[in-house]
Amino acid sequence: MATIRIPTPLRTYTSGEAEITVSGDTVGAALQDLTRQHGQLHQHLYSEKGELRAFVNVFLDGDDVRHLNGDDTPLQSDSRLRIVPSVAGGFSDRGSARRTLERRMC
Amino acid sequence: MALRIPERIYAQIAAHLEAAFPNEGAGLLLGDDARDHRNVHCVLTFENRFSPDEQYHRYLLTSEDIMAGEDAAEKHSLDVIGVFHSHPDNPARPSEYDREHALPWYSYLIVSVHDKAAGNACSWLLADDRTRFNEERVYILDGH
Repeated sequence: MATIRIPTPLRTYTSGEAEITVSGDTVGAALQDLTRQHGQLHQHLYSEKGELRAFVNVFLDGDDVRHLNGDDTPLQSDSRLRIVPSVAGGFSDRGSARRTLERRMC
Repeated sequence: MALRIPERIYAQIAAHLEAAFPNEGAGLLLGDDARDHRNVHCVLTFENRFSPDEQYHRYLLTSEDIMAGEDAAEKHSLDVIGVFHSHPDNPARPSEYDREHALPWYSYLIVSVHDKAAGNACSWLLADDRTRFNEERVYILDGH
């Protein structure tokens, strides 16, 4: 069965386990099994629309699955998946960038 | 929860964020997590990967940056315990954008930078239900 490596901030929701064994023959099925096993992970991995959050990246043997076939990427029984976040932020709220820019230019 | 940062480490954080001014700067906090506090042992600084015209109010650390941080932490038996970034000419409080893009568990250290000088620093933890941040105390440890 495939395994998924969990990043430190999400291990709170896997009882501290760093690596989870999952079933499924595609990346999507494996992630579905992961959130079935550890339900609290779901809200941090997926948006309200059910899409993988923008800052959640899944690597298969070192390759970002977005550059493969995404959720449909096939898995072998010994495949190793790794969830790696990207981190973004910034001081202005969404939509306020233009107002901020105008204020800075005055 | 409290975040404990040796003075010499905090000086590295401040220097990186002051150098990034008037843009936002960012990096990773590596350390250990105890029951009621976290100790920062070292930091990794990165280039801001957000598009250059937006860096005055945005920062981005890519998955490659985070992977490098996780691998470096593991090598030294540490964890990536959080992220630091600056709010140029703005308070050290998380924005809605910060909240939307935040991960649970990480300490989010925000440093306000005014006129290229680091000022107030506050640290924040995302609530489990993602609806808000809770502030955690920050201790800069003198002489460390």
